[in-house]
Amino acid sequence: MAFPRPRPARPELPRQRVQTLQCGQGAGVPVWGVPGHVPSPAADGNYCLTCGSDKTLKLWNPHKGTALRTYQGHGYEVLDAAGSSDNSQICSGGADKSVALWDVTTGQVVRKYRGHAGKVNCVQFNEEGTVIVSGSIDSTVRCWDCRSRRPDPIQVLDEAKDGISSVKLSAYEILTGSVDGRVRRYDLRTGQLCSDYIGSPITSVCFSKDGQCVLAASLDSTLRLLDKDTGELLGEYTGHRSTTYRLDCVLNEHDTHVGCASEDGHVYFWDLVEGSLALSLPVGQGVVQSLAFHPRLPCLLVATQGQVTLWREDTFQPEGDPD
Amino acid sequence: AAAGSSDSEEEDLASYGSALQPLQEGERIKKSVPLQEQTVKDAKGRYQRFHGAFTGGFSAGYFNTVGTKEGWTPSAFVSSRQKRADRTFLGPEDFMDEEDLSEFGIAPKDITTTEDFASKAKDRIKEKARQIAGVVAPIPGTSVFDDLIGPSKTTVGFELLRKMGWKEGQGIGPRVKRKPCRQKPDPSVKIYGCALPPGLSVGSEDEEDDYQPENVTFAPKDVMPVDLTPKDNVHGLGYKGLDPSQALFGISGREHLNLFTGGSEETSNLLGDLRHSKGRQLGITGQAFGVGALEEEDDDIYATDTLLKYDTVLKDEEPGDGLYGWTAPKQYKSKKRPERDFKYIGKILDGFSLASKSSAPIKIYPPPSLPRNYRPVHYFRPVIIAGNENCHLQKALEELTGRLESDPTQQRRHALNAAQRREQLGETELKGPVPSILEYLSEKDRGRLKEIKQASEQEMKAKIVSQQSRNSRFQPASPEDAAHKWQMLLGGQLANSGSSDFKPFAKNPEKQKRYENFVKSLKQGEKDTLERFLEPNMTEWERGREQEEFFRAAMFYRSSSSMLSSRFTRAKYEDDVDKVEVPRDQENDIDDKETAVKMKMFGKLTRDKFEWHPDKLLCKRFNVRDPYPDSSIVGLPKVKRDKYSVFNFLTMPEPTTSVTRATNEKIQESNSLNKPKKPSRWDVSDKEEKKDSISEFISLARLKADVQQQPSVPATKECGTGTSEILPTLVTNDDKNLEEESRRPPMDLFKAIFVSSSDEKSSSSEEESDEEQQPTTSERESETAKQAHVLDSSSSNVQGKCVTATTDSGISSLPTSKQEPDATEEFGPKLPPAFSSGRFSKHLDRKEKHRKIRERHKTKKERKHKKEK
Repeated sequence: MAFPRPRPARPELPRQRVQTLQCGQGAGVPVWGVPGHVPSPAADGNYCLTCGSDKTLKLWNPHKGTALRTYQGHGYEVLDAAGSSDNSQICSGGADKSVALWDVTTGQVVRKYRGHAGKVNCVQFNEEGTVIVSGSIDSTVRCWDCRSRRPDPIQVLDEAKDGISSVKLSAYEILTGSVDGRVRRYDLRTGQLCSDYIGSPITSVCFSKDGQCVLAASLDSTLRLLDKDTGELLGEYTGHRSTTYRLDCVLNEHDTHVGCASEDGHVYFWDLVEGSLALSLPVGQGVVQSLAFHPRLPCLLVATQGQVTLWREDTFQPEGDPD
Repeated sequence: AAAGSSDSEEEDLASYGSALQPLQEGERIKKSVPLQEQTVKDAKGRYQRFHGAFTGGFSAGYFNTVGTKEGWTPSAFVSSRQKRADRTFLGPEDFMDEEDLSEFGIAPKDITTTEDFASKAKDRIKEKARQIAGVVAPIPGTSVFDDLIGPSKTTVGFELLRKMGWKEGQGIGPRVKRKPCRQKPDPSVKIYGCALPPGLSVGSEDEEDDYQPENVTFAPKDVMPVDLTPKDNVHGLGYKGLDPSQALFGISGREHLNLFTGGSEETSNLLGDLRHSKGRQLGITGQAFGVGALEEEDDDIYATDTLLKYDTVLKDEEPGDGLYGWTAPKQYKSKKRPERDFKYIGKILDGFSLASKSSAPIKIYPPPSLPRNYRPVHYFRPVIIAGNENCHLQKALEELTGRLESDPTQQRRHALNAAQRREQLGETELKGPVPSILEYLSEKDRGRLKEIKQASEQEMKAKIVSQQSRNSRFQPASPEDAAHKWQMLLGGQLANSGSSDFKPFAKNPEKQKRYENFVKSLKQGEKDTLERFLEPNMTEWERGREQEEFFRAAMFYRSSSSMLSSRFTRAKYEDDVDKVEVPRDQENDIDDKETAVKMKMFGKLTRDKFEWHPDKLLCKRFNVRDPYPDSSIVGLPKVKRDKYSVFNFLTMPEPTTSVTRATNEKIQESNSLNKPKKPSRWDVSDKEEKKDSISEFISLARLKADVQQQPSVPATKECGTGTSEILPTLVTNDDKNLEEESRRPPMDLFKAIFVSSSDEKSSSSEEESDEEQQPTTSERESETAKQAHVLDSSSSNVQGKCVTATTDSGISSLPTSKQEPDATEEFGPKLPPAFSSGRFSKHLDRKEKHRKIRERHKTKKERKHKKEK
């Protein structure tokens, strides 16, 4: 059996603002270069993407606060973006109903996938960056092939009765949150669809890092932690306000805390197990639109009012190397 | 006075139209666009230029240059070494404007009527053009030769007439005596003044006839087709423009103008004209053309028109010249008609005379009126291939149809085989390989066989003959006999075939009914039933026919069921429009879920599990084995249902559709049966903290009775032995039931349990009892351990333990996810808000795991202590 390791340090939460990225994108959606997948040594959270109403995507080094590249090619606002695990490609979905696949270095659109009948709310790469899974308000999730040149999706998951607000992928699962109040998990390995009824429109879903739990934020101002396999409720987190907007929820890098954006200008963190409010981070005045937690560091990107801010733990020294 | 006169003048004047607006002061008179500034645009909006348009010029290209405004772009040079084959040859079209290629251009590309279908008017223009060309050509009349050489387009009628001796220009009909064929007045004969009166002309003809022999007959006059060309110009009646044939040869002015003949006449005698004017000098003369310098004659430069050329009186033309056409006066027609009928009969043979009375017209008999129910379909008698099992059938059939009136032994020629034919011809058998197994038999045996055969044949023959005597064409075999036979033939086959859907007499329900009864009886092997089913008031013949019909139908059905079915394949796609594909499994009614959510009882109640088929390519891309390698379904399995069924819209939990769910539950149940002891241990210890889910409660409600009997302590003791496995669950269930309403325990209880044991765990972790119970899981363990390792870098030393503990339950089957929760039941406390059904997820959190494990160790320790005691 594994040799007992030293007890890990107490997980810290990002509490201080380190950087502000003036991206000027109406509702900038920050995304870490490698959002949620197994971090490969080369691909770490050194970069982030923002996208928004200026129809562009921007690549940043958030730790230094420098904008690296702008990707233009969407016709309307860009609603979500994701990077592939090898950091070579970016996918994005926008209000122009299309999903775009970008080449990071050239900045060109490699492919554009059209087929959604409505705005594309969320996009995700699979682990290998061979499939883009996009969810749209047309209540479908479409899986697009990046390898071949076929214009139509590999598969359309049209089980949802209302718009898809959030899509997450694991190695073999597709997790979708829909406005019809259900969290659906498509398990490719067992060939099963598990549909968990939450009731309130789901705004965001995410897997825990260990892949055994599902966090779902809904418009009844509640976050719920569900057991992935049984659908049982493991935790419930309240205190923030989420009634209108599609707000993100996150788990921190060690799955110890649960975070969520709020409409009152704060970001809330709860202890995952106890369900107690651990931190309420005052970010701004308006609605905190989007969150992105660093995959390995206590480092949080928050988007509000056209700017993205980077938050680190208290002990962090801004001069030091971010990684 | 002057003023007065002017006034009166004004009064006298009548004004027409509206007066122009009086000019305003300082206003200039609107100038019309000067001629040089007037522009014309073509269809595409480009300016049309008239470079010498009025002098016969034309506009092409860009200002009559090659190319465009930008200039001429030379075609790129392409080496012809490589592209020798597709060198482009420029045709005239390449230099044309697109207007030229349009419908009205000079080289239309669109579909136009070809010469064959073009109207006459167009033809005339062409004809004219050809005439001009022929005349103007250096060798006059060449175009005529072209015509001669050109392909003949004569019709069959023409050909036939020619064969019969007709020549062009002649009329059709029997030859006439003493009527010289006068096609046209000789053009060389100039007639001045009015046309001759009828009497005169006849007289002149007579004069000509004088020196013609009596016995010479002439072809009748050709009928001149009435020229129906409409007058489409604004020239005066009878005006003809420049006619080159006449202008050239100077005959135009001298001919009598016939107002009522069109151009067609002239064209038809063009050749004649040319011939007649052979001697004349060529040159263009006539209206609008002067006399050439080489011309000698300059007498008739200007066309002189005299009144003499016109008719002054409307008069009848001479009768009988055939020029009247269909507008001929009545008497003219009626006079000629009756004679014509038999004039066509040529030479009458000797001994025959012309019938005085015309034969009565052929009476045409209308076709017989068909009976109402007649169907114009030929009925083919069923062809039965002679074979072992079919020969009886064939015989019976033939008998019924009355074909066996002739000697049954004498078969038709084609039915004989070679051996039979040889026998009949009395030839000897060819020596060859032994044809039959009979050859191998001994002589005696063969004889015996033959005897038997003969006996049976005799019997058969006798029977047939006896039936035959009764058989006539309209009297089939007696019903009993036939029925018996048919029963023998069909009974067996019918017995195993459901004939419900075969309705040969569907149009006649009564008959169909009778037929069905008949078939039924046939199946049951009843003998005399047929009589009953036949209508009593039918005649004998009708009965016989119907019976035959039934037999045939029955037989046809049999054959169709076997033969036809082999010919057709099942349709691949059903084309019923009333059905619609709906997902087989539908998410359950939300009402229940709503309540479940309100009660925070997530889990079974809020979860729907479906069979879902990922696309094969998707599996490939995700590096996952296709869970349903054999199925072609993608997505949720669909079922066909009625399109307009209410049930499509109701999401009712159907027993049939929830197979997967049922099986899932079954699996879960079995799991819980298999490993009930695991949850037991911790359930007991964490009894107080437990909160139950309703589902568990319901499913296990029946076990309530046992609840009190099982104390918690023995359960914990026996957990390792595995003998009383069920008991713990019962206990837990009981506990759950009891504590359903219990609220969340205070936080300090958690702390009391969790905080202490960080030091103790390492010592006891190795002797985890679960591993001993399930020793086969080592591989799995390591795998999952790895996984866990990847997933969480901050795992402590206990992590591996935890993982093994959770996974050992999951070894047995692939869907580990299903079993894992059960396995994990044993570990840890319930989560504060709501923890249901005695299950705990190991995955919650690292911290959680730590706690769980700690707790486990703690209890274990306790157990140890107990044991030691």
